[in-house]
Amino acid sequence: MKALLNVENISKSFGKLNANKNITFNVATGEILAILGENGAGKTTLMNIIFGHYLADKGTIKFNNNELKPGDPKAAISAGIGMVHQHFTLAENLTVLENTLVGTQSLYHPNLTKRKSIDKLNYLAREFGLELDPKQLVRNLSVGEKQRIEILKTLFSDCKLLILDEPTASLTPQEVTTLFTSIRKMVTNGVSVIIISHKLNEILEISDRIVVLRSGAVVGEVKTKNADKTQLGEMIVGHKINRPNRGKNVIGETKIKLCSISVKSDNGTSILDKVTLEARGGEIIGIAGVAGNGQKVLAETMSGHVTPAFGTIYINGKNLTGKYPEDFMRSGVAYIPEDRNLDGTIGDMSIWENVILSETKNTKIFQKNGILNRINSHNLAHAVCQNNDVRYQSIQQPARLLSGGNIQKLLIGRWLIRKPNVIIACQPSRGLDEGAISTVHKTLLSERKKSTAIILISEDLDELLLLSDKILVLYNGKLSETIENRNVNINQLGLKMAGEGF
Amino acid sequence: MILELLELLFNAGFWAATIRIACPLLMATLGELICERAGVLNLGIEGIMTIGALVGWTTVYLGGDLSTGILVAALVGASFGLLHALFSVYLGASQHVTGIGITLFASSIGYYSFRILLPSSTTPPKIVAFQTIEIPVLSDIPFLGIALFQHTTFTYFAFLMVPIVFWLMNKTPLGLAIKVAGENPMALEAQGLDVLFIRTIALMIGSALMALGGAYLTMSAFDAFYFGMVNGRGWIAIALVIFASWQPFRALLGAILFAAFDAFQVRAQQLAGAFIAYQFFLMLPYILSIVAMIFAAKSTHYPRALLIPFRRGERH
Repeated sequence: MKALLNVENISKSFGKLNANKNITFNVATGEILAILGENGAGKTTLMNIIFGHYLADKGTIKFNNNELKPGDPKAAISAGIGMVHQHFTLAENLTVLENTLVGTQSLYHPNLTKRKSIDKLNYLAREFGLELDPKQLVRNLSVGEKQRIEILKTLFSDCKLLILDEPTASLTPQEVTTLFTSIRKMVTNGVSVIIISHKLNEILEISDRIVVLRSGAVVGEVKTKNADKTQLGEMIVGHKINRPNRGKNVIGETKIKLCSISVKSDNGTSILDKVTLEARGGEIIGIAGVAGNGQKVLAETMSGHVTPAFGTIYINGKNLTGKYPEDFMRSGVAYIPEDRNLDGTIGDMSIWENVILSETKNTKIFQKNGILNRINSHNLAHAVCQNNDVRYQSIQQPARLLSGGNIQKLLIGRWLIRKPNVIIACQPSRGLDEGAISTVHKTLLSERKKSTAIILISEDLDELLLLSDKILVLYNGKLSETIENRNVNINQLGLKMAGEGF
Repeated sequence: MILELLELLFNAGFWAATIRIACPLLMATLGELICERAGVLNLGIEGIMTIGALVGWTTVYLGGDLSTGILVAALVGASFGLLHALFSVYLGASQHVTGIGITLFASSIGYYSFRILLPSSTTPPKIVAFQTIEIPVLSDIPFLGIALFQHTTFTYFAFLMVPIVFWLMNKTPLGLAIKVAGENPMALEAQGLDVLFIRTIALMIGSALMALGGAYLTMSAFDAFYFGMVNGRGWIAIALVIFASWQPFRALLGAILFAAFDAFQVRAQQLAGAFIAYQFFLMLPYILSIVAMIFAAKSTHYPRALLIPFRRGERH
């Protein structure tokens, strides 16, 4: 088949980090190419170079045999490349139509041609199964709908090659199915697709060919029909993957207990409804459920960020209802938040500053008379990074430059120095790559051995079955009865997650 | 006395004064609105109004006609907008520092030039400014005629700016690009547009409008240039933008509301000045604008990328 896109010898470095090393590959017309790799393997950097957000240090990109002007998204768009970014590039306070129209007409035109554009947008939406109301404000849309706008934007500019960067990262399983149907429709209409992901199952389902990246270099290329899952997984990580074993646990005394907790939202609707839950030392309690059923508020209640309207919370036998997060922390509660970039770290502050954020009572760091001991702080930061396999260039670098997996390891490591006896882990492996997931899992299991009580809130059933001793399902703010891991029936769990029996 | 104050509301002269006081505020608010919609807080406003007041007046004083004066004021305003963009947009410097710097620079150079132009004058000379134009037929309507249709050309021009800015922001590709630049610059870049260029254009248009707001003071209201004549109007405009939730027609409402309080306090001073200290009345419009802001401002309308510099090719 004829090559639509040729990427030749692309290299790019950020400071000391070589994000892309001599990358060469091509995409044929009408092909779905998957680029697979861990977080930080350089996938997004590569796509940003193709689309012109970044300037490559070396190498050329040819589209339809014409060299593409480097570092200019406008050139990429007019050549027929469209990109859907992992973090949506949408203006929230504007409408779907406005988001689609921006940049499609000359800036010096006195009038936006809205009506014609609505027709074209509606036509494209129908054609590719991306139904949307053009006049709707973007901020009122769900994640799946926002992604549809992003795809519509590229179709609107007549794209011939669509780049999807981690398109399934925050979608529900149903939304993934819809997305894949739309992708297939586009391919039958002559569009080629590059899809970036670290989710093996999805890649095997949708792609024609797979290119694997590791540490910025191409390490393998296979036709999907010849691909083997285990082999691919090892190619991605660079070594064999060991699934941790749960092992036996020694049950201790009750560390955290929620009695009939209810939380209401500002407009009076119920977010948590009479939730009762208990975790003992050495126990991992898994909370299953589709996102948006009250998981975040449950985690925030257990860590003291949300005060329940009714009910009591005991930590180590002490009633902490209505107390502040600091009191929960001092009682030994560690909270790994769902959104680690927003609630866990401060992106623009350095790694060491992020490490000492929760150490305000540590007199080795915050000394008398308000003096900060830098040497001790740096030592602590080095220790946290090394003990938890955080890969970094310098503890002075801003935390936002770390990959998701490394930020998560840093966050968990920061809690571990406080020797917690309760860990609230909310979606701890969401968006992480295999290597980081396995580190997080191992850490949770080793904490379980130390008789820590762990509440694991996750959407990932595989993860819950692998780690938890008992599983409960959260649906619409209500908890199901407790199920022992060995008695779990996957089908039953699935039905519960869909709301049966509540 | 209360009755006398209430009578004011039915006095056409009071509303005509309100309209006149609103004009400079209105143009400055619209200018600030465009800048903020693009994601740049322009604190240079107070200085840009001062320099606009000076150059507009000087052009006429030195023999130029009134429309040339307006044009020169707008151009000088736009070039200060460009200067702002150089620092806050291209170099990514703090918008607060840049803005305050522009204000200090623009007003100081304005006063300095005025002193060089007229080294020895004690009473500032007056120019022949815009004259009142009575719009035929409409100005004969009782009450409304005096309140709305017996003003200078510059006043009509100022009010015409409202629909023009509304059109720019809501009906043109440029306006859309400006709004996206203020909401999520990455969205603009992903559609192939140059964020820095769009923000610069917005700053230049906005600053030109601010300078016109200043020029109104010397070319239509006072006919002369005084030291400190802008007198905080720029800062009021910044509050009015929030009051207006970044919408041109609400900016009109805000400017008129503030101007009405201002016109009211002048008359209230005359009526009640004997038993209430005049400073109390001076304070009134500001207190009332704070109260109005508490009820009117909604954080959801905030341009999300306001104050955040955009740097190309950086890892996000």
